[in-house]
Amino acid sequence: MTPRRRRLSLVLGVLAGVAIAGGLTLRALRANVMFFFDPSQVLAGEAPRAERFRLGGMVEKGSVRRAPGSLEVNFVVTDFRHELPVRYTGVLPDLFREGQGVVAHGRIGAQGVFVADEVLAKHDEKYVPPEVARALKKEAATAAGGARTGS
Amino acid sequence: MLPELGHFALILALLLALVQAFFGIAGAHLRRDRWLAAVGPAVAGQFVMVATAIGCLVTAFVSHDFSVRYVAENSNSALPLFYRVTALWGAHEGSLLLWIFLLACWTLAVAVGAARLPPRFAARVLGVLGVVSCGFLLFTLATSNPFLRLIPAAPDGRDLNPILQDPALAIHPPILYTGYVGFAVAFAFACAAMLEGRLDQAWARWTRPWTTSAWAFLTVGIALGSWWAYYELGWGGFWFWDPVENASFMPWLVGTALVHSLAVTDKRGLFKSWTLLLAILAFSLSLLGTFLVRSGVLVSVHSFAADPTRGIFILVFLVLMIGGSLALYAWRAPLLRSAAGFELGARESFLLFNNILLVIAAAIVFGGTMAPLIADALGLPTLSVGTPYFNPTFLMPVLPLLALLPVGLHANWKKGRLRQKQRQILTALAAALVLSLAVSLGVFAQAKILTLVGLTLGPWIILSSLLDPLDRWRRQLSLSRSVLGMTTAHVGVGLFVIALTVVQSFTQEHDVALARGEKASVGGYEFRFEGVRGLEGANYEGVRGSVVVTRGTVPLGTLYPEKRRYFVQGTVTTEAAIQMTRGTNLLIALGDDLGAGRWSVRLQVRPLVSLVWLAALLMAIGGAVAGRDRRYRLARSPAEAAPAAAGAKQAAG
Repeated sequence: MTPRRRRLSLVLGVLAGVAIAGGLTLRALRANVMFFFDPSQVLAGEAPRAERFRLGGMVEKGSVRRAPGSLEVNFVVTDFRHELPVRYTGVLPDLFREGQGVVAHGRIGAQGVFVADEVLAKHDEKYVPPEVARALKKEAATAAGGARTGS
Repeated sequence: MLPELGHFALILALLLALVQAFFGIAGAHLRRDRWLAAVGPAVAGQFVMVATAIGCLVTAFVSHDFSVRYVAENSNSALPLFYRVTALWGAHEGSLLLWIFLLACWTLAVAVGAARLPPRFAARVLGVLGVVSCGFLLFTLATSNPFLRLIPAAPDGRDLNPILQDPALAIHPPILYTGYVGFAVAFAFACAAMLEGRLDQAWARWTRPWTTSAWAFLTVGIALGSWWAYYELGWGGFWFWDPVENASFMPWLVGTALVHSLAVTDKRGLFKSWTLLLAILAFSLSLLGTFLVRSGVLVSVHSFAADPTRGIFILVFLVLMIGGSLALYAWRAPLLRSAAGFELGARESFLLFNNILLVIAAAIVFGGTMAPLIADALGLPTLSVGTPYFNPTFLMPVLPLLALLPVGLHANWKKGRLRQKQRQILTALAAALVLSLAVSLGVFAQAKILTLVGLTLGPWIILSSLLDPLDRWRRQLSLSRSVLGMTTAHVGVGLFVIALTVVQSFTQEHDVALARGEKASVGGYEFRFEGVRGLEGANYEGVRGSVVVTRGTVPLGTLYPEKRRYFVQGTVTTEAAIQMTRGTNLLIALGDDLGAGRWSVRLQVRPLVSLVWLAALLMAIGGAVAGRDRRYRLARSPAEAAPAAAGAKQAAG
């Protein structure tokens, strides 16, 4: 190849590669990302019915119940305004505790129970997942706003 | 006193870095050769100052000086000595100091090795390294000073995060950072070449050993991190596509492309501007990686620091470094024309495809890592990107990349004919295919398409890499270190593909609830739970379970998974028990107490998983060997090399 043609093919190759990569990336992203919802949004019907999503909030104190002798565990996730029951079968992470932040991956099952296939509670005991923190902050803000209008 | 001394030493180091940057770049630009004399001493002085600073901080850790805030936050009087030293890089401030120290080490090494480079070029390289160092020192002093006092002093420290109290993770950051920082050297060489407006094959020959060594360090660093995640996070995965992992993986991918493109620039004087661009890109991604992980931009297992005020500084620094070097590139790269041409099917074209595919792979990882951040910044709904995105998309560029490797290895420079090699390559492919069918059907009795593809590609790469070296060995010809290193690294790639395929295809795992004396069987192994008993360590307490493992009627021993609670932070960690039998890793992790003597237990049977890390290590060894080829040392100065060679001949005679 002449230098000119070689350069041209190099540029075309790179462009084609980048275009393909970009297209595939966007496509895969659209198909495979999971969105995050808090219990209030789920109960308001904003979360998808059929797809998996991430549910975040705090594990309500005193809500963790185990089915005796099996790996099934039930607990309630709250954003302090609404609660959503969650069912999970498996080993819970080390930092899963009542009153702590949690993110669960899964989908809405029968009777409005969120069936989780993955529960995340990494990070230290002071850690609150950023989405949960934001959701809680939003709650606090609306609560304060409500109080003001009420008085 | 000592912490103040360390702080002062850092300030002096900043001043010396300024001297190094100014006299290096300006001196070379204005052709004031007397200015250049200041650069070497500035490098040495900066090294001494940074070493002093890091020494002061280590002393504070070792002597339990809890009046230093950083020590109080990351150490504890019950922490063993080894972890007191490694706690230095347990959080943001110390990690930055480590970064600066490693940069000072690399700079010193370049200064020593560059004694034989053209003086102005060497000065420019060291000057650019000085600029990088300035940025980091400024950042540390202005926003992340590890020497800040805590008044009144804390009675005891908050302890090092327990999951970091582990030998592999203790040495993981220094090795990873050595790789990151090593790309600063490649970056500095690239900037120096652009400033000089000249880039020849000698330049590539100077740059190659540095880049290859940095790449090797990065490889080991990533492998160590993955190994740690496997046994310490307790749940038996070794790669989670976690943003922090991706942050180190992106520079690795681009660095791999750079190592290959440098080979073309070295041997054929081609791909010049592309090589420069890759050098800039590799270092930019290293910077991004450092900051993404340590500035709290990403929230993940490893990011403990969260301070948005640092964000502005980081952003400005990134824009200046990356934007500056890209502007320099736009201005200077057109000067660097490559004259030669090559045919399609020549080795150059294979390496071109290698580069394009690796950059695409990096772009895919980048897209997935940044998408949540970008969505967040634009106020879109919060989203997360995980394995379902990464696994299939990543394979798209990587499978062709792996398939081109065994063919491209035997292509000739410039000419697009494979000649007599064609038959050998095809024979190797046939052999690999047979092997793949035998393994998947014979050993594991199942065959998915991707499993077969992986098990064919792996052995094919290994066989094809060994063709030439074996041929030379049979004819009793010598092998240069670069060929030996390349072969080792490529065999590593092949083994890695095999290991990954087997692990991904044939892992079996099961979460079960077991009471004392109950059994569960997974993948042909039988696990009998023998209950738990209490456990007490130096700075933790917990429980230890015992599980007896048998295969058929053969007893394989007892495994002891643990659950620990560390006193100071109250953190609970799972210490998985792992045993290797005939290449298969058995992993047992203790879950929760389900009451009435029952525990949830995760049982995992992962064949060949250890080979994943060993193969990565082999790649790194290959890089290290290739980086020490004689050619690079001779290339520095033909004038000095000649007497040395004569001397060697005399000594031999």
